Amino acid sequence: MLEIKNIHKTFFPGTINEKHALRGLNLHLYPGDFTTVIGGNGAGKSTMLNAIAGVWPVDEGEIIIDGENITKYPEHKRAIHIGRVFQDPMLGTAAGMQIEENLALASRRGEKPGWAWSCGEKQRKIFREMLKELGLGLEDRMTTRVGLLSGGQRQALTLLMATMKKPKLLLLDEHTAALDPKTAAKVLELTQQIVTRDQLTTLMITHNMRDALAFGNRLIMLHNGQVIIDVKGEEKKGLTVRDLLEMFEKAAGADAVSDRMLLG
Amino acid sequence: MIELIIPTVGQGLLWAVLALGVYLTFRILDVADLTVEGSFPLGAAVAASLLNAGVSIPVSLLIAVIAGMLSGVVTGVLHTKMKIPALLAGILTMIALYSVNLRVMGKANISMLGIDTVFKYTRDLTGLNVADSSFVVGLVFTVVVGVATYHFLGTEIGACLRATGCNQQMIRAQGVNTDTMLIIGLAVSNGLVGLSGALIAQANGFADVGMGTGTIVIGLASVIIGEVLFGNRSVKNSMISVVLGSITYRIVIAVVLALGMPPNDLKLFTSVLVAIALALPLIQSKMKSRKVVQ
Repeated sequence: MLEIKNIHKTFFPGTINEKHALRGLNLHLYPGDFTTVIGGNGAGKSTMLNAIAGVWPVDEGEIIIDGENITKYPEHKRAIHIGRVFQDPMLGTAAGMQIEENLALASRRGEKPGWAWSCGEKQRKIFREMLKELGLGLEDRMTTRVGLLSGGQRQALTLLMATMKKPKLLLLDEHTAALDPKTAAKVLELTQQIVTRDQLTTLMITHNMRDALAFGNRLIMLHNGQVIIDVKGEEKKGLTVRDLLEMFEKAAGADAVSDRMLLG
Repeated sequence: MIELIIPTVGQGLLWAVLALGVYLTFRILDVADLTVEGSFPLGAAVAASLLNAGVSIPVSLLIAVIAGMLSGVVTGVLHTKMKIPALLAGILTMIALYSVNLRVMGKANISMLGIDTVFKYTRDLTGLNVADSSFVVGLVFTVVVGVATYHFLGTEIGACLRATGCNQQMIRAQGVNTDTMLIIGLAVSNGLVGLSGALIAQANGFADVGMGTGTIVIGLASVIIGEVLFGNRSVKNSMISVVLGSITYRIVIAVVLALGMPPNDLKLFTSVLVAIALALPLIQSKMKSRKVVQ
């Protein structure tokens, strides 16, 4: 479903702050893969997701979604294939607009906006049903401005928005990191529910190794802008945090010790 | 005093078209667009020249709107494609339009005395006096423009426009080209400003190359006064507030002039008014935190 071939990205080239963030990254996701992504700070996790989403162009390599080479597409043109939830709950929704208005925008992800009324009675009915499934009581507050919702409610809403029009790829960039543990667990559970129900091909970055092991059917670890660990299916099921750390030390070599602390 | 009310409200309604344009950029798109200072006299210059050349009133107004929209597109392209900060892009267009306006008119000032304007047409049609006819024209245009703009903001394009002003990251992730949205928004806004310029010029009986000076502040004053006094709970509420703000602003001006303030001090007065209104939220929160400390 997603194929990343030899992606390179360097930030601030030629300056003292030069950072070679992605160094020949390769990844192949099969349809329905729910892949968790781990790695230390600066390993290139968010950079990889931003490269796929097209926040900026990559220096080298190819990104292919479902056979379509999207490497040269601008961010908004890729959105037709990609649903995204960001770490910052403020980023995924338009705070000054109502819940139903946000949903209406998301229901047309990737479509050219036209002259039709943005949010009609028929859509409202569908939105209400979808919100009911979230179990947060938002279905009774559809004309509330999103800015008045809590971080957890906004993340749940963003998740719904990213998936209501089924994307070929779902990108979750530490989408529970800014939430309190209880809310984070709830949003994760919801994520699991939606991804399983719609069999979405998903990349989920997480800082929590236990979550990375508990969720999904595949796990990759990034280090220095490359995939250094890639475990799937049955092999992943049996893994413990301790196993992961051992694998990491073996794969990453000398500088592993300092990074190990970051991962713990 | 009482006989001043109808013409003052009429003035407020004519300027409300400008205020709605400024509302579109300042509030909806979250851009302070100085193009207004050039597109306002551009609309005036285009309408005055065309009317003098014998072109019909609707066609003249339409072309004034289109001219205003084009100037918005120029600012939009400078801002989005050339990555010039919005404020500077607006200033560049505004300065360029000064020369353009002189070219359109051929001189610094065109009179429309004795020519068929929308006001003279209305007077002939209804038999109303000067003040009442400008009130009627202002009311008609403000209602038509207001309703049309409100519906525009409710469409799919309009919703994308509002989202662009709210959160560009979010709406790009929904597949919308934010550059296009900014350009469309600036075009529509300056189209309204051009229309307002065309109307005001006909009300005054002349178009002048210098008539744009301070229009952005007048527009901002209307938006801010309106929202402070009449609320901004929703788009509909805000738009009505902006129109009422424009009228309130004219009433305030009429009152201070009647109280003896020299007309030359008007722009100073307006700027101070807007500065205070803009600082109001900060002052309020400071007062609140002070109370908490005590």
